[in-house]
Amino acid sequence: MNEGTVVNVNTVIPFGPQHPVLPEPVQLRFKFEGERIVDVVPNIGYVHRAVERACELNDYKRNVTLCERICGICNFMHAMAYCESIEMITDTEVPERAKYLRTIWSELGRLQSHLLWLGLFVDSIGFESLFMHLWRDREIVLRLNEKTAGHRIQLSTCTIGGVKKDMDDRLIAEYRSSLAELKKRMDNLAPVFVKDRGVQARLVGKGILPKNKTSLLGAVGPTVRGSGIPQDMRTLGYEAYSYLDFKPVVYDMEDAYSRMLVRIGEIYQSIDLINRALNQMPNGPILQKNTVFPRGTAITRIEQPRGELFYYVAGNGTNKLERCRIRTPTLANIPALVTMLVDHEVADIPPVLLSVDPCVACTER
Amino acid sequence: MDIMNKARVKSPWVLHFNCGSCNGCDIEILAALAPRFDVERFGIINIGNPKQADVLLVTGPANRRNFRVLKNLYDQMPETKVVIVVGSCGSTGGVFYNCPNVLGGVDKVVPVDVYVPGCAARPEQIIDGFILGLQKLAEKGKKKVEGR
Repeated sequence: MNEGTVVNVNTVIPFGPQHPVLPEPVQLRFKFEGERIVDVVPNIGYVHRAVERACELNDYKRNVTLCERICGICNFMHAMAYCESIEMITDTEVPERAKYLRTIWSELGRLQSHLLWLGLFVDSIGFESLFMHLWRDREIVLRLNEKTAGHRIQLSTCTIGGVKKDMDDRLIAEYRSSLAELKKRMDNLAPVFVKDRGVQARLVGKGILPKNKTSLLGAVGPTVRGSGIPQDMRTLGYEAYSYLDFKPVVYDMEDAYSRMLVRIGEIYQSIDLINRALNQMPNGPILQKNTVFPRGTAITRIEQPRGELFYYVAGNGTNKLERCRIRTPTLANIPALVTMLVDHEVADIPPVLLSVDPCVACTER
Repeated sequence: MDIMNKARVKSPWVLHFNCGSCNGCDIEILAALAPRFDVERFGIINIGNPKQADVLLVTGPANRRNFRVLKNLYDQMPETKVVIVVGSCGSTGGVFYNCPNVLGGVDKVVPVDVYVPGCAARPEQIIDGFILGLQKLAEKGKKKVEGR
């Protein structure tokens, strides 16, 4: 080597599978040029349990429990998407009240997921006291879960043809007062995210996802809504959303800060949606028993806290399914994540990585 | 009782590894660290480095991909350590018992001291598991001192 030649050393740093920032095992191999990231290679499969195959081995009614355990954070929505698909191919009409209850509980799931994410997100930029505040407030939602179904995380209330639990007037009043309390606390905390200069310095202009690239990369959910595209499966009007006058929250700064604002907006929106659904909810039965085995194919698309969840179910008239294909939002967001991370420095990895809200348990199933 | 042993039990450092769980138990572990349950009052800190950890907290079943990672982490931890498994699927396989890629409970890969049942395990149960685990840690440390 000649003297005076600058050698451009490429360093490869593995991030994960076990890492304090992410509680889940995923590996990202970062290729650096000096301090700058030039390439990211995601390496997934550490949580792969082959749930799709197990769905074909089990009785189709037992799959509700299994699908619910694909992801602990959005458990209700997984069960709901599976039940909706089965209802389509068994011609089961879900009662109106059950539709409203499903909407309320999926919004409750979104609330706790977004509060959880906001906490982890600010923790990743070193704001630990805010993490503690958010996780304290998240307990309000978990207490509602507990009062509804007797469990903090897995609601297990969704079943084929409706829901298993009903809400009485006392519980509805409890919901209203708790959500009012949560809204009050969020009013205290939200300005910290929006106005704090420390938060802005770490997030504004970081992890840019250009609007014209989103469809090419196939990103979904709050990730594209932060880039100015109003893509939200709730506008399809599944369950009771068509009665609730729903409009997606959209910001167009295209960076991590914008995606955070989308999620803060969605926390308020979820509280509103639940309140509206509680007001409009009709009385009546909550469960319509289905009597036939699934035959035919069905596709369901619903909005998870992280984006579009896709279920494809094929039945052949027996008690076992022929195929159950699940496509989860984080898998769709990985190509966008890889593009976002390029050109950043090491210190920006955690906030940019968390800005798409990766859920590895969903991704790998 | 030597000073090391006493200190270890009063302030155990925890390494948390998600070994293919659904996140339910993981968020409950984090909730246990958060203000309502607050396990930090027992001196418990969650750290990322296996070489400084006393307690390995595992959630989820072992599968064909990650059992090596789990074994590596266990081997890297210094001696006098306990393994606490949180959740039904980590203990026995749980709902994933017939999933093709799942080997079964964590005890197929590393020796387990405490099993915390529940799907997802509640923070109270996790704290209970911790207390049991710390008793075992004290016993193990005592045996090591006597054996020296």
